[in-house]
Parts: sequence; structure tokens; C-alpha cells
Amino acid sequence: MLSNFGVIFSSIALITSFILIYFSFLELKISDSKIPKKIYNFSLAQLIFSLLSFLILLIGYVFSDFSMINVYENSHTTKPLFYKISGTWGNHEGSLLLWTNILVIFSFLFLILTKNKNKNFKILTLIFQNFLIATFFIFLLTNSNPFSPIFPIPNEGMGLNPILQDPALAVHPPLLYVGFVGSSIYFSAALAALISKVEAKSLATTIKPWVSVSWFFQTLGILVGSIWAYYELGWGGYWFWDPVENSSLMPWFLMTALLHSVLVLERRIGLYSWVIILSILTFTMTVIGTFLVRSGILNSVHTFANDPSRGLFILTFLTLMVFSSVFIFFKYAPSEKKTYRIFSKEFFILINNWFMVFFLAVVLIGTLYPVFLDTLVGEKISVGPPYYNFILAPFLIPLLFLMTSGPRHKWVVSELKKIFNVILFLSIFLFLIIFFIIQENNFLIGLILLFSIYLVVQTIFDFYENFKNKSVNFSRIISHLGFGLLIFFISINHIFSTENNFNIRTGEEKDTKDYIIKFEKLTTMSTTNYKSIVGNFKIINKKKLNTKNLKPEIRFYNQPQTITYEASIRSNFFSDTYLTMSNISDTDVFNIKFEKKPFMNFIWFSVLLISFGGLLNFFSRKKQI
Amino acid sequence: MKKIFFLLIIIFMSTKLFANEDVNNKILKNLRCLVCQGQTISESNSDFAQIIREVVNDKIQEGLTEKEIYKFLSEKYGDWILFNPPFKKNNYLLWLLPYLLFIFGGIIIYLMIKKGLIGKK
Amino acid sequence: MKKPYLIIIYFFLIFIFTTFYFSLDNKKIYDTESIIGKKINEVELTLFNNDKFNINKISNYKYTLINFWASWCAPCRKEHKNLVRLSKIQNLKIVGVNFKDSQIKAKEFLEKMGNPFFILTKDPEGKKSIDFGVYGIPETILVNQDLIILKKYIGPLDLKDVNEIKKIINK
Repeated sequence: MLSNFGVIFSSIALITSFILIYFSFLELKISDSKIPKKIYNFSLAQLIFSLLSFLILLIGYVFSDFSMINVYENSHTTKPLFYKISGTWGNHEGSLLLWTNILVIFSFLFLILTKNKNKNFKILTLIFQNFLIATFFIFLLTNSNPFSPIFPIPNEGMGLNPILQDPALAVHPPLLYVGFVGSSIYFSAALAALISKVEAKSLATTIKPWVSVSWFFQTLGILVGSIWAYYELGWGGYWFWDPVENSSLMPWFLMTALLHSVLVLERRIGLYSWVIILSILTFTMTVIGTFLVRSGILNSVHTFANDPSRGLFILTFLTLMVFSSVFIFFKYAPSEKKTYRIFSKEFFILINNWFMVFFLAVVLIGTLYPVFLDTLVGEKISVGPPYYNFILAPFLIPLLFLMTSGPRHKWVVSELKKIFNVILFLSIFLFLIIFFIIQENNFLIGLILLFSIYLVVQTIFDFYENFKNKSVNFSRIISHLGFGLLIFFISINHIFSTENNFNIRTGEEKDTKDYIIKFEKLTTMSTTNYKSIVGNFKIINKKKLNTKNLKPEIRFYNQPQTITYEASIRSNFFSDTYLTMSNISDTDVFNIKFEKKPFMNFIWFSVLLISFGGLLNFFSRKKQI
Repeated sequence: MKKIFFLLIIIFMSTKLFANEDVNNKILKNLRCLVCQGQTISESNSDFAQIIREVVNDKIQEGLTEKEIYKFLSEKYGDWILFNPPFKKNNYLLWLLPYLLFIFGGIIIYLMIKKGLIGKK
Repeated sequence: MKKPYLIIIYFFLIFIFTTFYFSLDNKKIYDTESIIGKKINEVELTLFNNDKFNINKISNYKYTLINFWASWCAPCRKEHKNLVRLSKIQNLKIVGVNFKDSQIKAKEFLEKMGNPFFILTKDPEGKKSIDFGVYGIPETILVNQDLIILKKYIGPLDLKDVNEIKKIINK
């Protein structure tokens, strides 16, 4: 029953996008300045049917209707309601439906909210959006149907992968998809702007809120994903340079570049073509990411089940999309002969874009090179954290420096601000104090620390100065401050993280440099969907003589049968104590990983600051300096 | 002034001797758990990872250097096991392309501001 | 001016997408290539009676099959009859490496299923197997007189593999 409704609703949504494309094309030739009612109505209808189809799947999950394969394969009656709901997008088909829904919602919002006067521009954007919507509905209905029926109807479902049964991971996909899909709006708008010859400022003001919003959600999505990886995967890290993580980071770099260069465009200084290229690239990168993740050509922690036919579909779509974008771009791109003055604000934004694109290139090369080498030469290599750290870390130093100095310059005017001022000396002084406390010998990390301190101090000073003049650009201040703090705390965390790996039996204790780790006893626990072995550990701090109790678990889930290793994490203000245990097969020995991770909460907080700046940018876009 | 400060920094930085105790952890973090999905040996709980951990530990006890351990393992399992791809023929592009692109980007920006530079002078 | 740029861009994109297309059928199975053609390490294995056995001694035999197995591993049970089959071939000796197993259970297993091993060694901690590039069991390596690895099988040997081994030996 539900299954049929689901297919019918999404088919209607698909048909409406064809109708919309048809009417919109007709509308292009009519020189009336208003968009007719019927386009609004069809868009509304598309929105309603699209949401209904999502609702159907949601109902299927909430009421455990196992007549749909998708529900049967990913849900279970004993699952808590919250995870029944989040299970809707915890799989390939469901998440694709969510993705498509967000796409429809955004198109609709664009249609009703955008105040741009140029009718053809809006109509063309709508056409491109509907091409995207139609493609995803076709993909959904032909290849990845979340509503596929199953007969005979099973009594019980197979359950959701336990590592996905987690509040952070329930909100992670929606957040990221809002970021990803948000970039489709400026992709379509950029192409439409080229064809309808929209003027620079008008394009900038139209896409700017969408850039801010998608950037904000993308940042939050990455943050939540990384918090999840930190406590749920139990590997003692928060960023692994895993290909799938990279796929979410690559569009982020481009969005960041766009967020800055739109400011230049807004002031009619230039960068028209460049903003368009960035807009096209951002969504392209999103689709490339989708292709890599869903086709299963990558060896990653997060890959969905492999299915080459999915990959082929996305690849075909990607190819068509890229080639038509390139064609449209070269056919319509205006030639720009602008000059940019050195040491002006726009000069520094150019530099920002240079770095962002470089970061993107590094991550892209690192992610794709193994795939290409395997395909072309047949050799398998791995590219992991050492590669990214080696190449990216040195470039943080000039980036931090430019982030400190750049925003203080004026638009258009070429005037070099003095670098050697009180702030720099204050920063060096602070750095030396910190340096004496931490005794770090690595030159590179030392420089990164110094420049991140400089950025933080200067930004705070800028805030004070602006505050006096009553013209604070909160968005910039907060994001840059957040970035400075992020790099600072990541470096400190990197220096001071300690890790001990050892094997231990119950009753034994392990003496490390600063701690005594006592393995007191094993207890067992049992709830509806899993049984678990709980290790009771006592951590004694040798210097402070205080103790902490940590209880890592090994969980045996019954639906589906999976073993997970739950880290036990004690956070206090400055530092996290992190313990995971795993049993060594056929013995009574347990392998323990004990870690101290300082400033984890500060890292999360810094990223929150960064994203918050993006939100402010969205709300305060009217009164920018 | 600037030079003095940087000199001071460099002097301070060389004071602490390099700690070698974490070389074991470092090696384990640079190895791929081949039977897992993208995990490192350090992170994985699989049998394979546990054995490799012990082997690496043994090899360090035997006095092998970090490089020798990587070599030993890559001879058996291929470069696939190393998260830090070696700088060799097939990987030149991997290591150099980012820098080439960075320089290329710099040239483009130079060209964009060149006109302004000449105009000023 | 625009034309040459465009051609380069289009060719570049075509190259990227074609590679993506072919990458779709990249094999993700374990790589055995890196070890084939290499000489095996000089490893001291332990026999079931705790005597040492240097793997170099297999250079006395024309071909040796080194098989990694355990009584607790289900696929090993499946391939066992094929090992017994192979043990009857002239010029081929099978060295068994009992992987992370209890000696008693291993013996029981062989009594029940037949013993194809000319030499039976054990690797209770699994560490020796790393010298042979083992991922998990069952795995089998075909070595010639010069101690060069000719072939590596990951997973249980089937009849096709048996015939392939026969073919190599009869060459």
C-alpha cells in the first residue's frame, strides 16, 4: 500500500518538474516582467508531492511497515522511535530521497524568496534546478527506489547498523545535505546569470544568502560528523582524512572561497567569471563526492553498500552536467578586463581564494590519485593523514598571517598596513610564554602556534577598534577568531595528546608515565537491542592523586548481529580521558587504548564559532561595512 | 628586530631533545588495516591489526628502524599498507602536482594585479 | 584565443570521466601481486613437537605448498579435501602452518579429515604468518625449489585452483 503511494507521489513530483521545465521555457520568450501564477502553483505542487513521498517513507519507518524492502533492511520493531525516524535517511535510498526533498524545498524557497527583478534569470535558475530535481527523481525511481515492495512481507526487519544509532549521526546527514544541496542553487543561478546576462551586483546579492546558509550548514555538518567519529568509532581521533570525510571538506573549501569572493563581486570590483566558476565547481564537487561515496570505488569507513550501477548513473549525470556547464560558460562568459590593486581588500580575497583552491586541490589529488593509479597502472597505494599533514600544514602559516592582515585593508585602495605593530609584539610575547610552558621542539608547529595567536589577538583588537567606531563586522570577526582558535587548539592537542596501547587482564594494573590504570572487573549488561561486556577501570593520576572511573564497553547487538566497541570518555574543561577496550580472540586478555586528549571541547567550540560567523553573515547581510 | 626574534625562537626550539618513545604509535598510525574499511592498524580491533601490532613491536625490539619496518611490510603487502605513499616513480605526480598548482595559481594572481602594479609606477 | 583552451579542457575532462568509468570495476579484493616472484623470508617455524623447522629446507622439494589453516576456520574445512587431493601429487609437498589454534583441536581436526601435510608447523600467535603476507586464513602459497613464490591463493582452494597448481607443476 504505502509502497505504491510512495512511487506515485514521487512520480507526480517528477512529472511536475518536466511541466515546470516546459512552461518555464515558454515563459522565456514572453517579455512580461512577472512570473505567472501557474509556475508558482506547479512548484508548490511539486513541493507537496515530494514532501508527501518522504512522509510515506517516514511513516513506513515509524510504524515498521516491512512491506518495503528499504524498511525491512534497515529497521526493526524494537528500535527506539528516534532511530526509527533517523533510520529513514540512514541508508542509500532514504538519504537520496532526503537529498531530493531538500533540493525541491530549496528550489521553491528560491522561487518565492528571491527578489531579483530579472525574470529570465529566475526562470532559468528554476529550469536548471528542475533538471537537477528530475535527474534525482529518475535516479530514485529507476535505480534506488526506497519504496520497493517485498513479498511475502517479513515479520521483522533486519535492523539498523548500530554505529548509526546515534544522535549525532541522526542529524549529520540532514545538515550536510542542506550544505550540499544549497550549493545547487548558486550552481543554477550562476548558469542562469550567464545566459540572461545578469549584472554583477545583482548576481552577488542573489546568491550571497544561499552561500552563507549552505556554508553554515556544511560547517556544522562536518563538525557533527567529526564529533560522532570521535566518540562513536572509538579510534581516538576526530579527523581521519578518510575519502568520505574529504568529500564533505572539498565543497567546503570552495564555499569558503565563494563566501569571500562574492563580497568583491557585490562591490562591482570584478571576479564575475570567477564567482561563476566557483559556483559551478562547488556543486560539481558535491556531485563528485556523491559519486565517490555511493559508487563504492573508494575504500573507506563510511561507504554505502557497493553497487556499480549507482556509480554509473551518477557518473553519467556528472558528465552531462559538467560538459553542459563548460559549454554554457565558454559560450556566454563575458570578458573581463579588470585590474586589481595590490594590498587592497580584494587583493587579499584573491589570495584567500588561491589558498582555498589549493587546499581543495591537495585534498582532491590525495583522494583521487589512488583511484586513478589503480585504474591506469593497476597499482594500489594509500594516501592518508601523513600526506595531507605534510603538504597542508606549512601553508597554514601564510594563510593565518593573511587572515590577520587582509581584513584590515581597504577596498580598492592600495595601501600596505603596518605589520610590525604592538599586536605582533604582544602575540610574540604571548607565544613565548606559551612556548616556555609547552616546550615544543617542532619548528613548524611553533610557527603555526605563533601565527594562530597573532590572528586571535589581532582579531580581538580589531573587534575593539571597530566597536569604538560602531561598525563591527561580527561575521568576519567571529569566524576568523574561531579559525585562529581552531588551529591553535588543534596544534596544542596534537602536541599534548598521549596514547598508550597495552594488553591487560582483569585485576591487573598498568603503570604509565603519569597514570596508573587499574582493570578492576568485568561486568555484563543487557538491554533490548544489545548485550555488553563492561570493563571497570580506575585511572589514578600520579601527580594530582585523583581517580577517575572509566567504563568502556564491547557491545553485541542482535539486530543486525554486530560487535561495537564503545569508548569511555571523561571530559573535563581542559582535557578528555579516553579509553577503549577490545578482546583478543580466544584469550582473557584485553587490548586497551588509553588516551589523554587536551582541549577537545575547545576544538568543537572553535568550529561552532566559525559556523556561527556564517550565520551572522546571513542575517546581517544588509548592513555590511 | 624581526631577525632577533626569529633567532630567539629557533634557539628556544632546539632546546628540547627529540623524544623517540612514540615511534611505535607513529608506525601503527601510518599502516592500513588491510582487512578493514579504511582504518589504521592503530585504530582497528581486528585479528589482523592485533597481529601486525605485535609484529611491529617485535621488529622495534629487534632494532629495526621505522623505514625498515615499512619496507618489510610493503614487500609483503604492497604499498597499499602504507598511509604515507613513498616518493617514487608512480607517485611523483601525487607529491608534486599540489605545489605546481599552487605556483600556477600564484602566476594567475600576479597577472591579475600586474596591470595595477605598472600603472602605479 | 578561446579555442585551444577549450580543446585542452575538454580532453582533460574526457580523460577524467573515462578513468572514473573504468574505475567502477576496480577490484577491491586483496592484492597478491606484490609478493609474487619474491623469495620467501628465512623464517624459523615450530613443529608440533616444538622442534624448529627452517623454511629454507623446503628447497629440497621441487614444489612446496604452504597452507595456513586452523581448526576453528570454516572455509578451511571446505578446502581440506582439496588439500588431501593435492597431497597425492608427486613433486609437491605441503607444509601446513596451523594459525592461532590449539594443538589438540588441530590434531583432532586432522584425524577426522585426513592429514595432507608433509610437514606440520604451528604459529600460535599468528606473527610468523606476516612474513608470508597473510591477511587471514585460509591462504595458500606455492613456492618452487628456489624459494620463489609462484602463486598465492586467498580464501579456500577450489577445484579450479587445484587444476591450476597441477598445471604449474607439470610444466
